[in-house]
Amino acid sequence: MAHQNISLEEGLELQCGQHIAPLEIAYQTYGKLSPARDNAILVCHALTGDQYVADPHPFTGKPGWWARMVGPGLPIDTDRFFVICPNVLGGCMGSTGPLSIRPDTGKPWGKDFPPITMHDIVAAQVTLIDHIGIGRLFAVIGASMGGMQVLTWAADYPERVFAAMPIATSPYQSAQNIAFNEVSRQAIFADPEWHGGDYRAFDTLPARGLGVARMMAHITYLSEEALTRKFGRRIREVSTSSSHKEGSSFFFGEMFEVESYLRHQGSTFVRRFDANSYLSITRAMDYFDLAAEYDGDLVIPFRDSTTRFCVISFSSDWLFPTSQSRHLVKALNKAGANVSFVEIDSDRGHDAFLLEEPDFDRTMRGFLNGAAEHAGFPQGGHHAR
Amino acid sequence: MRVDQELIANMIAPRSRVLDVGSGDGELIDYLFRTRACDAQGIELNMEAVTQSVAHGLPVMHGDADHDLANYPDGRFDYVVLQRTLQAVARPREVLRQLLRIGRYAIVSFPNFGHWQLRWQLLVTGRMPMTPVWATPWHETPNIHPCTIRDFMALCEEDGYVVERWMAVDENGASVPWRRSIRLANLFGEQALFLLRRADISQ
Repeated sequence: MAHQNISLEEGLELQCGQHIAPLEIAYQTYGKLSPARDNAILVCHALTGDQYVADPHPFTGKPGWWARMVGPGLPIDTDRFFVICPNVLGGCMGSTGPLSIRPDTGKPWGKDFPPITMHDIVAAQVTLIDHIGIGRLFAVIGASMGGMQVLTWAADYPERVFAAMPIATSPYQSAQNIAFNEVSRQAIFADPEWHGGDYRAFDTLPARGLGVARMMAHITYLSEEALTRKFGRRIREVSTSSSHKEGSSFFFGEMFEVESYLRHQGSTFVRRFDANSYLSITRAMDYFDLAAEYDGDLVIPFRDSTTRFCVISFSSDWLFPTSQSRHLVKALNKAGANVSFVEIDSDRGHDAFLLEEPDFDRTMRGFLNGAAEHAGFPQGGHHAR
Repeated sequence: MRVDQELIANMIAPRSRVLDVGSGDGELIDYLFRTRACDAQGIELNMEAVTQSVAHGLPVMHGDADHDLANYPDGRFDYVVLQRTLQAVARPREVLRQLLRIGRYAIVSFPNFGHWQLRWQLLVTGRMPMTPVWATPWHETPNIHPCTIRDFMALCEEDGYVVERWMAVDENGASVPWRRSIRLANLFGEQALFLLRRADISQ
C-alpha cells in the first residue's frame, strides 16, 4: 500500500559507516503549520508503533495508537499544533527498512539491512524536518522507545528542540530489557519458517516465532495487577477442533482467558509487522546508552540545554521503571536544565501511556500549554488556569 | 496568595532565576513568572501537587529538599526559596548549605518554636505544646527539627551566612513589628522569614 512519504536520493550515512540511498521516510501530519513554522510537534512512536498516530491503521482498521491524545481539542491539540509522526528508520510501514528494495541487488534488504542506532533513526527524522522546512520543533514527544528518540533529539540537536517530553523511558536500555529482547529474537530464530532471515524468498513468514516474541513482550507491557483485574484466573471453553489446531496445550478443553488474550495479541501482530524490522529495531534499542558516548557522563549531552523537559513515568511500569526516569532527571538537574517530572499513579504497567489516564492527559496538556506560553504563542482555547 | 508568600515575592528581583523548594500548588512560581518575569521552577514532594502544578503549565519536579538539591550545579539560581519546610527535613543544616550553594540568596521561612505560647504551655502543663502553628501531636508531627529565631540566627553565624533581611510574621503570615529586638521577635513572632546570602559572595 502507499504511505505518505519523502524519498531522498542522497540517502543517509549510518553510524556503522554504511550509506543507504535512497532514504525513504513515511509519515503522517495533523493540523496546520503556522506561517512562522514554529508550532510543529514531532511525535516519536514506540517499538511496534507507526506513523498512524491518530488515523485508523491501514492494515488492522483499528484507531490510531494515540488517537485519544492527538487531535482537535485533545492534549496534543491539532487545532493549535502541527503534528508530524514519522515511521522509524528500520520500520516496516513505508520508511527505509528491511522490506525496502536494495539498489545493488534489486531485492529487499531482509536480514542484511545494516545495523541502525537511535542516532540513525533521529538523523533520518532530521532530514524529514529539514524537508518540511522546519528549523526548531516546538516539541518532541515520545514514550518508551519513542522517549529514547526524544532524548537523542535533545542531546544531538538541542537548538532544534524547544520542549522535550520523554515518557516511560530511560537514557539507556537496561540489561533486563536487552534480555527480554533477546528472548523475542530467539523465538523468531527458532521458527522453522525463519530460513535464516530469508523467509520472503521462501514465500513464508516466521509467524509463530514473531507471535511468541510479541506475546512475551506484551507481558512486560502490563503489570500483575492489570492482568489480574483484566483476566484473573477466568477460564474459557475451547472447541475441540481449535484445540487440535493450536497444539496440545489445552487440558480438559479449556484455556485461561489470559492465554487466549496473548495468543490474539501474537496473531494480530504478525499481520502488520515484519520480523526483520523487529530484529533491527530491538537491536537499535539495545544499543541505546546515551551516557556511554560521553564517557559514561549523562550530564554532558544536556549541559546548559535551553530545552524545557517534562519527564513522565508510571508507578507500575516495570519495563521502564520510575527509577530510570529519576536517573535521567538527576542528570538534567546537574546539567542545569529546566525540568518538570511527574510519576503518574497507575496500576496498568508500561502500557499506561497508551491508555485512559486522566492525570497523564492533564500533565501533557498543561506542560504543552505552559511551554507554548514561554515560547510566546498566543493563548490556546484550552488554557488550564 | 498567602500573605507570607507575598512577602517572599517582594524580596525577589524581577527576571531572576528562582527555585521554590516545596512549591506546593505552585502559586508562588506562577506569581513570580506572571508578575516578575522570573524563570521560576519548583520541587515538591507531594505527587498530587506536582501533577497539579505541571498540569497548570508550571515547571515542577517531584523530589525533596534532603536528596535532590545536591544535584543542581553551584550558583544555578539567584534565589532558592524554602517555605515552612526547614523544620521538617532530615538534615536542616545540610539543606541550608545546599540552598546557599545552588542559589546566590536563600529565602527561608519557618515556624518559631520560641513563641511565648509554646514556652508557657511546656512550662505550665509539662506536655508538648500545641498551637495553631504547631498543630500536630508530637507522635504525628512531620516537624522533627523545630528551632527558634535565635537558634536559626546562631546557625547562620556559625556557617557564615549573611542575614540580609529578616522579619517575624504572625500566624497568617503578615509581618509584625518586632524588628528592633531579636529577643522580642523570638518571644512574640509565630513565624520567621529570612533572606540570606553566602558571606563570600558580594551583593
